[in-house]
Amino acid sequence: MEAAVTTERVEKVIFDGLAEVGAERDQISRGATFETLEVDSLDLVEISQIVEDEFGVELEGDDVKDLKNVGEVIDLVVARSS
Amino acid sequence: MRRRVAITGIGAVTPLGVGADALIDRWIDRRCGIEDGEGQADEFDPIEFMTRKEARRSDRFAQFAIAASDEAVSQAGWSEGLPYVPQRVGCVVGTGIGGLSSLEEQENVLRERGAKAVSPLSVPLMMGNAGAAALAMRHGIHGHTYGVVSACAAGAHAVGAGTRLIEGGDADAVVVGGAEAALTGLAAAAFMAMGATSPTGVSRPFDRRRDGFVMGEGAGVLVLEDAEVAERRGAEAVGEVLGYAATSDAHHLTAPEPSGAEAARAIELALDDAEIGPADLDYVNAHGTSTPLNDRSETESLKTALGDDARRVPVSSTKSAIGHLLGAAGAVEAIATVQALRRRTAPPTLGWEERDDGLDLDYVPGEARALGANGNGAGDPLVAISNSFGFGGHNAVLCLRA
Repeated sequence: MEAAVTTERVEKVIFDGLAEVGAERDQISRGATFETLEVDSLDLVEISQIVEDEFGVELEGDDVKDLKNVGEVIDLVVARSS
Repeated sequence: MRRRVAITGIGAVTPLGVGADALIDRWIDRRCGIEDGEGQADEFDPIEFMTRKEARRSDRFAQFAIAASDEAVSQAGWSEGLPYVPQRVGCVVGTGIGGLSSLEEQENVLRERGAKAVSPLSVPLMMGNAGAAALAMRHGIHGHTYGVVSACAAGAHAVGAGTRLIEGGDADAVVVGGAEAALTGLAAAAFMAMGATSPTGVSRPFDRRRDGFVMGEGAGVLVLEDAEVAERRGAEAVGEVLGYAATSDAHHLTAPEPSGAEAARAIELALDDAEIGPADLDYVNAHGTSTPLNDRSETESLKTALGDDARRVPVSSTKSAIGHLLGAAGAVEAIATVQALRRRTAPPTLGWEERDDGLDLDYVPGEARALGANGNGAGDPLVAISNSFGFGGHNAVLCLRA
């Protein structure tokens, strides 16, 4: 049985994903904007693929295009998976 | 009057090391970058040149181009920013294949994990213009920017295309080059299947025992500038592109036309473009792949184009030291040629020991040899041609002075 989708787990997966696509580890936080992390649309597709693999939650381009910071993505994934 | 084109910076990543000096000094020193039948650029570490994010967004061939461009641009004195309006600077980078290892990797992802797992970076990693795109972004170039694809002539076509952009007034400066990173199992099998590569893994151009080329990887980048403007800004030229020409065999998918007639015409036209004759040549940097067909037809083309001078001029092949860098070869070899002229030295064709019937030019066997005995005084610049011929019958010849 899969572990429950907690905010902490989603946060860890997304933080790790951001580091994987090249964001600076010490700049990654819930409040960090994609602009300051230099995360672009291609990076967000990679993050979406990681999220789908981990949690089975599909994020389409329209879902994330208006999100500005990391916390908003975490909250969206948690909401979609519950 | 036509604008002259100065070379103000050169940079290279090759199996002989990182840097345009490593390339020429080690070649003159008779060192060979080929090991176990291939020429890996194993001294290259992308993290010395770019962030981890830039590195994962660039296929290895584009990484080579970035590193070589940093060296070239720094030598040109562009490190603090372009000395030209960015819209008047171009970028033309050739490749034979493009991001092949990225393509192969994503093919595996598709098969194993399905379409939705394929990386969004796949296209920008594999596209043939990725080198040109990477350099334009890195150096803030806003003029004519594109990739050139003409197999093993791509690097030379890129230098030629950049030269024409300046001569024609479309640009004041152009960053040109070639890049290749195709040392994959698929590429090795594919070239072997067509009988192009050496089953013994030895590159010995023009030798009787030659049995195919050895694949290598790397990149060469040159900064070209309107010579007058470069002089005005106090830039020191490392050389000059005197002439360029390109022709097509229209003969066979891969084999060169045996008489070398169109290759000879490219050599003649490049000399015409440079407004010089065969007697003015000090050195020939051959395409010299080490395949039975190329080395014979290239020898024929040199005899046709240069007449009696073909036997006088030293002819050597960089591929004896680094293997065949495919779409990077023409640019890397243009750099090797300029460097050889600057060192006033003809580097040797490594591994040449046995003469083949009809292949009777001076291939500079054994040791490197001093250049400049052709009536040129000690300080006069020397002149050479660099030949590049690609599968598909594409012939490109550069005439260079340094």
